[in-house]
Amino acid sequence: MADLLRVRDVVLEYERPDGSFTAVDGVSLTVREGERFVLFGPSGCGKSTLLQAMAGFLQPARGAIELDGRPVAGPGPDRAVVFQEFDQLLPWRTVVGNVAYPLRIARGRDGDEALTEAMKFVRLVGLEPFADAHPHQLSGGMKQRVAIARALAMSPRMLLMDEPFASLDAITRHKLQEDLLRLLASARTTLLFVTHSVEEAVLLGDRILVLTRTPGRVRAVVDNPAAGAHHHSAAALAVQRSVQELLAE
Amino acid sequence: MSRQARRRLAKVGVVAALLVVWEGATRLFHVSPLLFPPASTVLRAFGRSVVEGELPGYAQQSLRVLLAGMGIGAALTLVLTTFAVTTRPGSAVLETLTSMFNPLPAIALMPLSLLWFGLGTASLIFVIVHSVLWPMSLNTYTGFVTVPPTLRKVGHSFGLNGWSYVAGILLPAAFPHILAGVKIGWAFAWRTVIAAEMVFGVAGSQAGLGWFIYQNRFEMNTELVFAGLVTVVVIGLVVENLFFRWVEKHTVVRLGLSAPQR
Repeated sequence: MADLLRVRDVVLEYERPDGSFTAVDGVSLTVREGERFVLFGPSGCGKSTLLQAMAGFLQPARGAIELDGRPVAGPGPDRAVVFQEFDQLLPWRTVVGNVAYPLRIARGRDGDEALTEAMKFVRLVGLEPFADAHPHQLSGGMKQRVAIARALAMSPRMLLMDEPFASLDAITRHKLQEDLLRLLASARTTLLFVTHSVEEAVLLGDRILVLTRTPGRVRAVVDNPAAGAHHHSAAALAVQRSVQELLAE
Repeated sequence: MSRQARRRLAKVGVVAALLVVWEGATRLFHVSPLLFPPASTVLRAFGRSVVEGELPGYAQQSLRVLLAGMGIGAALTLVLTTFAVTTRPGSAVLETLTSMFNPLPAIALMPLSLLWFGLGTASLIFVIVHSVLWPMSLNTYTGFVTVPPTLRKVGHSFGLNGWSYVAGILLPAAFPHILAGVKIGWAFAWRTVIAAEMVFGVAGSQAGLGWFIYQNRFEMNTELVFAGLVTVVVIGLVVENLFFRWVEKHTVVRLGLSAPQR
């Protein structure tokens, strides 16, 4: 598989009232085309910051991030982002309108074409009956589904997901994890997924990068043969255990 | 009866009681109608003037000037706030200008306005623009900077920037704040236009409500002075309680947008 995203010796800092703070220190990684790559680590290890930098919201203090060999200079529709926050949908647009909007402005589709295509993705995430509802009428899980539909519809080079299920209850979370696996199987989009849940990491990631506590450094990259397997299967439990041991070291 | 209906009824009751006290007191104490005519006389004069089209004509002129001022004010607000959020020195410029000019009463600018634009509609519009520009800019800017960071990132990741970002994300997201700004702008503009018309007198060929009130005091038609004031109140009530509430119901409430805290 070809390399899609290359991160080389990246240092990420941000300003705080008491001076600049190093969140990520010298991280290198490569995401291959078509794979599902998980950034896993404890809270505050800088994994979300790293995703923000890949999305282009944050420029590295040192090092380089390249997509398809070109440096990432800022945010763009070639990297669709799904956030943890429920307020990532535009409240003044309907469900289908939220999915159609980036198709119009980023992909240059005309109105009807964008709506037809958006509807396909709304159906795919099972929200057809709510296509004309506004975000405030949806539950948290439904909002995240819309955000996923919107990201997939943009057919980006890469899907960046920043703990999208972390604010959901366990039942909804499991359902959405399964649905994401199903959606990705047909889309074959490259996925970069950030999580602090070891179960989620092992369920979704072909490869799992384990980050150390603050500042974030690469502990190890684990190949995961148990991707897609049930949380409690023997294969999944074994990988979960080895990932957790890496973290504890 | 619902609580809302009861409250509405209570408000009507207050108005009715006010009219009764007004009518009773002026008749009981034989107040000179030249100073304070009874309610019935005023309402008759109001009705007659409305039927004859006199008051509506003056009101229309005042509203026309007001809308022109608010329109120009809104356009300038958009330019100023867009500049403020998309460029680095922009926010400093806006913050300095609003803090300097917001406390300056529009009426205080009238002598200058007369000097610059002469006796005419342009002078009136100038002071109205001043009265609406700063409060509307302040509210719109507050709306822009309080747009949730996630929503901003979403907009940028769609590839929006500059004006397309303002129009696609900031304006709709800040709509509750902008609407609040327009409401304040309206309230300022309505008071300013009535007051300014009294000083400017006839602006060009047509005059507004302020002039109507002033002129009738001059001619001692006190009941028409009151009728003019009643018109000012009625238009204010209709716009603030019917029009803006209707807009709010169909936007902020329907879309579940959070109204600005005040």
